[in-house]
Amino acid sequence: MLLIRCPYCEEERPELEFRNAGEAHIARSANMAGESDHDFEKFFFIRSNPKGIIYERWRHVHGCARFFNAVRDTVTDKFVMTYKAGEPKPSKLPGVTK
Amino acid sequence: MSGALRISGAGRLSQAKTARFSFDGQSYTGIEGDTLASALLANGVHLVGRSFKYHRPRGILSAGAEEPNALVQIVRDDARKTPNVRATVQELYDGLAANSQNRWPSLSFDVGAVNDLASPLFSAGFYYKTFMWPKAAWKSLYEPKIREAAGLGISPDRPDPDHYSSRYAHCDVLVLGGGAAGIAAALAAAETGVRVILADEQAEFGGSLRFESGAKIDGKDGFTWAQAAIARLSAMDNVRVLPRTTAFGYYAQNFVGLVERVSDHLKAPGHDQPRERLWQVRAKRVVLASGAIERHMVFANNDRPGVMLAGAARTFLNHYGVAVGRNVGVYTANDSAYGAAIDLKKAGVNVAAIVDLRDNPTGPVIDEARALGIEINFGRAVIRAGGKLRVSSMTVQPKNGGGERTIAVDAILMSAGWTPSVHLFSQSRGKVAFNDETKRFVPGTYAQDCVSVGACSGTDGLSATVDEAYVAGAKAARDAGAKAAKGTKPKVDASESWSRGMLGAAPGAGPDTTVKAFVDFQNDVTAKDIRQAVHEGMRSIEHVKRFTTNGMATDQGKTSNMHGLAIAAETLGKPIPEVGLTTFRAPYTPVTFGAIVSHARGPLFDPTRRTAIHPWAEAQGAVFEDVGQWKRAWHFPKAGEDMHAAVDRECVAVRNQAGLFDASTLGKIEVVGPDAAKFMELLYTNPWEKLEPGRCRYGIMLREDGFIYDDGVVGRLASDRFHVTTTTGGAPRVMNHMEDYLQTEFPHLNVWLTSITEQWAVIAVQGPKSRDIIEPLVEGIDMSDEALPHMSVREGKICGVPTRLFRMSFTGERGFEVNVPADYGQAVWEALWAEGQKHGATAYGTEAMHVLRAEKGYIIVGQDTDGTVTPNDAGLDWAVGKKKADFVGIRGLTRPDLVAKGRKQLVGLKTKDPKVVLEEGAQIVEDPKQAIPMKMIGHVTSSYWSQNCGRSIALALVAGGRDRMGDTLYVPMPNGVIEVEVTGMVFFDETGGRLNG
Amino acid sequence: MAKVAAKTASTASPSAERRPALAGRTVSATGVKVEVLPPAERISLRAPEASVAALSKALGLTLPKQPKTSASKGGRTALWLGPDEWLVIDEAGKDPLADCAGVSALHSSVGVSHRNIAISVAGPAAEAAINSGCPQDLSLEAFPVGAASRTILGKAEIVLLRTADEAFRVECWRSFSDYVFTFLSEGARDAAG
Repeated sequence: MLLIRCPYCEEERPELEFRNAGEAHIARSANMAGESDHDFEKFFFIRSNPKGIIYERWRHVHGCARFFNAVRDTVTDKFVMTYKAGEPKPSKLPGVTK
Repeated sequence: MSGALRISGAGRLSQAKTARFSFDGQSYTGIEGDTLASALLANGVHLVGRSFKYHRPRGILSAGAEEPNALVQIVRDDARKTPNVRATVQELYDGLAANSQNRWPSLSFDVGAVNDLASPLFSAGFYYKTFMWPKAAWKSLYEPKIREAAGLGISPDRPDPDHYSSRYAHCDVLVLGGGAAGIAAALAAAETGVRVILADEQAEFGGSLRFESGAKIDGKDGFTWAQAAIARLSAMDNVRVLPRTTAFGYYAQNFVGLVERVSDHLKAPGHDQPRERLWQVRAKRVVLASGAIERHMVFANNDRPGVMLAGAARTFLNHYGVAVGRNVGVYTANDSAYGAAIDLKKAGVNVAAIVDLRDNPTGPVIDEARALGIEINFGRAVIRAGGKLRVSSMTVQPKNGGGERTIAVDAILMSAGWTPSVHLFSQSRGKVAFNDETKRFVPGTYAQDCVSVGACSGTDGLSATVDEAYVAGAKAARDAGAKAAKGTKPKVDASESWSRGMLGAAPGAGPDTTVKAFVDFQNDVTAKDIRQAVHEGMRSIEHVKRFTTNGMATDQGKTSNMHGLAIAAETLGKPIPEVGLTTFRAPYTPVTFGAIVSHARGPLFDPTRRTAIHPWAEAQGAVFEDVGQWKRAWHFPKAGEDMHAAVDRECVAVRNQAGLFDASTLGKIEVVGPDAAKFMELLYTNPWEKLEPGRCRYGIMLREDGFIYDDGVVGRLASDRFHVTTTTGGAPRVMNHMEDYLQTEFPHLNVWLTSITEQWAVIAVQGPKSRDIIEPLVEGIDMSDEALPHMSVREGKICGVPTRLFRMSFTGERGFEVNVPADYGQAVWEALWAEGQKHGATAYGTEAMHVLRAEKGYIIVGQDTDGTVTPNDAGLDWAVGKKKADFVGIRGLTRPDLVAKGRKQLVGLKTKDPKVVLEEGAQIVEDPKQAIPMKMIGHVTSSYWSQNCGRSIALALVAGGRDRMGDTLYVPMPNGVIEVEVTGMVFFDETGGRLNG
Repeated sequence: MAKVAAKTASTASPSAERRPALAGRTVSATGVKVEVLPPAERISLRAPEASVAALSKALGLTLPKQPKTSASKGGRTALWLGPDEWLVIDEAGKDPLADCAGVSALHSSVGVSHRNIAISVAGPAAEAAINSGCPQDLSLEAFPVGAASRTILGKAEIVLLRTADEAFRVECWRSFSDYVFTFLSEGARDAAG
């Protein structure tokens, strides 16, 4: 069981309190109804599924109930960092060389 | 007496505390503190089992958890028959009953041993080759026969009456292994005051100090020092000492699974004692002190009972006071076996000879053995063991060939060297490194915050081990945040030295031989099998392992992996690291399902949720159905009624008088804030801004892809407050879905969501008499049609308690849903029930609710929809706000596939024979005479007998369904084709007049 | 909104009997007692930072802003559950819903008195009993007196409040109370051993 740092609770908490919520930084269009088929496909169906660093949404569902963002390595399963929902993609990742 | 081979004055058990036990029905006496293995050996019993494949007689190889052979069935009573218990781990208690496994009719005469003679048929990989044809024979013949023949004990056939517990624990330093290294590390860490957990799989701490008679620490003999240290640690508030506790799995971020065997060693476990306790420990730092495991020598018939590891023989003597024979031989490739010979000799056992593969080793233990008058043969090999049910001799030959000599012995103590136990380190995802000089894999690159100390780290010698461990324990504590330590490092006054030994097959079992020299005892893998695997093309050790099953038994190759690897490497002509080591996986030793399940059985398997009104329904004799975790009243049969009759009666009563229904499980969410309506506009397809406070609306929620996700009636309590209902099963995910959008897509909205599912008990009162029933109990609400029309909500009081009273209907009748605070649910229900009795009301369950709503064509999300149904498909286009600029799903709805012609649409079906009730899920075709496979154009989603309609009714998803009104379609079933007519979805009161009737 | 339909006429029907879930259930084991607590008034309070002062004033206690903390005064406790979420529990019979009704600052207060059930777990083995199913570190260093958190017990969600060195209040939803109570009872039985 992983420990995940909740950016709202400001501490690491057991994975059992959390739930994954899919890839992060996929913004819903402000003009949803006007999206082209292509853009909607990208928005709704296409996910990056990388080997390595992934940006994910998690919810501290059995804790503070907040959604937040996490950077995780799909190879090692390790969380690199977490940050609050709405914050931009971090430009630098601690401990990751690329 | 506790066995003829008990040596008086030897060992640490009190002879006074005897314990009776039985093995295969024969009674014996042992001593408290014995393991089953030591007690059997004390009684001269070596033969304890038959091997897995060849059914060869097997004895006790080891004195610990690595035991591959001595697996027995422990029988406490009819329900407690534990198979595959290692006799070397099972502690003796008075009355213990054990049976041998995998033999028939008896242990000494086993018919299955014919496999040994026929062994050419069962060579490595035999099951991949032999049982291939005919194909059908695998299931009916080969598999059952093989399973019967290659058994590992008998599973109990009754539910496990024991209970198991679990505990989450956190500590700063977790020390795994309680030998000299573990104890030293734990002391160092504990002295700083940080939280320490120390676990060892044995009943007594000390590890190899249990047998190392030459060890002295802090002026005491090693074992005594260990006990004193454990006593000190146990007395410290910051330390938890766990004996009989195996660390079976090392997971991410220093999360370690331990199983504590709480009561398997007790004659009569206390009622509150679990059999085992699962510890899930999160440690800031882990110190691995798991020691090393002795390897056997690989030579012909090395599996005969009486042939055992030298360190084990020494443990049996020095700890349990048991001589494993009266006339023993020793076969070794390293120094440590000399200690066994010396101790046994001093205890009065004849040591026939030491056979040492090495040419001219020197050292104090060799001198001591010689001084004791023991015959030592250097540069020689034991090429075979004699005897069958018990070893009777060893045949010795110069290692490069030459004259043979057979020496009579009743036990052979062997040691090929010691393998560091890197299992847990490897599970932590650490990478092992091969030390070319010492020929062993030791921890290389660490992946987690842990450190290996002592023998498991390849550290030789007690002094170096204690030094290393103490320093590591202190550092682990510091790294975990400890201040300064204030203890002193234990001082090693005397110790024995570890030495290296050999890997692979010994002379006499080399490549040119066909002898049965076992590498893996538990899976009956010989040196020859490993070579054959290589000859048949296996190159990687992972392939060799799977082809031969070497190391794949329940002991996971603790004694065999390195030998197997060395033989494969030799055959391949490659260095060992190039062939590679197999990956160690959890569990380290087998873990019971009981421990894994722990509390989660019976009522704790999963929460069973009951409504506030449940006790009433139960008292009425309601039959319940499971809806998710909820128990819901399904129907209320009266005496003599079957379900069909009960449901018919309930349905008719609702339409003619009234019915009461417990709707408490419906999900309820209170949406509050100035932007509540804006939020509702975005989450539901319907328009909400203009809904007046006090009015309700049926809402549909979509996913972004345009498919129906949930539905429910929503009441607007105030301009800034909505009372939203969801489906029972959908409640948690709808809440999650709404929170997701609110928090991450629409965070600018000033609105908050609160689950109130359990705040309110909900009593649906439906039927023409519903108002008459409710009205007398209500205060402060005008219930006239003008003041409280269909689809409205009021707050007031009922029976003196607050209510949110909805006028709404899921039956098509005049109806109400009375929400009251949950603790009042049953009392208000009872009051309504009493009132209802004046009007002929009935209680109805979920089945009648389903029928009544189907009569009206009201859908159930999840039954009539399956995640691919749009509002239009379901005939609910009217609920989609056409003028809205945005809502979740708005774009999905215009996807080409979702607006294409020929989509499956929800329609009604009437069977041509009104008595025939279709099966839900049945497929629908246009032409029943077409060739198979037929083209299926839809399926039945809901189907019931409707007593109110006097016929069967059904809903179905049918391609282009609304263009097929009046058409005849067919439902092919195993016993005939059913003709159906496509109809509208409303079967009863098509005009809807009864809502106000 | 509250009193949309508060009307005069009281036909004064007899008040319905309140039947709390698990009322009176108690299990005692060596070192720990598990006991269902009497009903209390509760609200789920949601509010942005700017409203906290006004709400604190109305409630008569300072709403905590630090994660995993609570504030208590005069029989009323506010538990920080999230950055804009508090569970307010009143054991003195005063309704916090009414206290918040007059606050004009932006907030949502929803009555959940009947949604939750409270169970007291007290005694030297209380921590171990709860750790039978709760994965959080409940040592006094990590979870001191006054610490509060929504978390997990087995397969149910709970809200945990440490009321004293050796005492906790466990809150769960009504329909989970049987499961939670049974789980805690088993945990207590094991913690005693």
